[in-house]
Amino acid sequence: MARITAGVATSHVPLLGVGIDQGKMEDPYFKPIYAGYEWSKKWITDEKPDVIILVYNDHASAFDMNLIPTFAIGCADEFAPADEGWGPRPVPNVKNHADMAWHIAQSLILDEFDMTIINKMDVDHGLTVPLSLMYGQPDEWPVKVIPLAVNVVTYPPPSGNRCWMLGEAIARAVESFEEDLNVQIWGTGGMSHQLQGPRAGLINAEWDQKFLDDMTADPERLRHIPHIEYLRETGSEGIEMVMWLIMRGALGDNIKELHRHFHVPASNTAVGHLVLEKTS
Amino acid sequence: MHKSVHDYLADFDDIPGTRVYTTKRARQGYWLNQFAMSLMTEENRQKWKADEKAYLDGWKMTDEQKEAVLARDYNRMLDLGGNIYYLAKIFSTDGLSFVQAVSTMTGMSVEDYKAMMDAGGRSPDGVRSIKGGN
Repeated sequence: MARITAGVATSHVPLLGVGIDQGKMEDPYFKPIYAGYEWSKKWITDEKPDVIILVYNDHASAFDMNLIPTFAIGCADEFAPADEGWGPRPVPNVKNHADMAWHIAQSLILDEFDMTIINKMDVDHGLTVPLSLMYGQPDEWPVKVIPLAVNVVTYPPPSGNRCWMLGEAIARAVESFEEDLNVQIWGTGGMSHQLQGPRAGLINAEWDQKFLDDMTADPERLRHIPHIEYLRETGSEGIEMVMWLIMRGALGDNIKELHRHFHVPASNTAVGHLVLEKTS
Repeated sequence: MHKSVHDYLADFDDIPGTRVYTTKRARQGYWLNQFAMSLMTEENRQKWKADEKAYLDGWKMTDEQKEAVLARDYNRMLDLGGNIYYLAKIFSTDGLSFVQAVSTMTGMSVEDYKAMMDAGGRSPDGVRSIKGGN
């Protein structure tokens, strides 16, 4: 049977893709940011997951104002990197485990999560930057990726609690897939950042660090953080952190933090990264 | 746990220097945002660069929205229903980074804004709530 073995959380700042694509890894600005991923790159080489369920948000790339799905799951065989205004990132296409994606989609719907199923879509920095941070620059991504897109752009996004419950339902769906697969779930985006208006540039390292702590120490608190708290405390784009709770909900009660990284700033954003192992 | 949608939305107006992208703004900014999305192809970017005004005439935007776009007044675009991830297509086409474009909304020079970010960013102290003054 398929099983979720670990979770990864990471920011997906577009600049971190640019830094890798342009070979600036040793640049003094970037070096301390990428250094925090070195442990994780070694870890994932050993872990060799077969499939990653990659929770991210589309930033007005595949979804425009015509279609705003709260939760969407990519079910096509392959997804190309999106052209976000400066040409597509020079990264490989993302290959899906489409049988498993369809299995998860139908399981979630039967479990009362009414997913949007999407086939034709390009994937933007929200999905490709985490892959680059964890795998570097391979010719092909060495893993199948099931894209799971969450609306965190147009209000209201889903509540943290709803995200958590979706994670639990994803775990049930994975466990009922008959193929023997090592599956990871990643939650991406955040941490504190605000990209708009006179308050832009807001960073709340203290709040972010507490969020990182409570992913293991008090996840129950995180489930119930209201949107207004994310907005006031972590900037208008900090709301992306609800996506981490889908990952966390999928891991269950018994987990161990294997690795943590926090750095300010990357562009306008506080970078946060966790590797969590499921212990039972 | 669930509060009324009216109370939910009212809180958003209490955050200093921030426009939360509500459904009301999404409706107001529909064409502004769709125009910005159109810059995701090289063909459209070339047409846009060749004649910005003529390109905008092809979109059902208000005159105010068009003026804000031509002036690259991002705060005004936000006021008129723009969302930053859509508007990013405009500044990316201009060759600006997020830091460069975002700094224009803060009243700071790019250099000062970058220096603020390198020093740990803008503190939330004093900009959490208008009513609370904290």
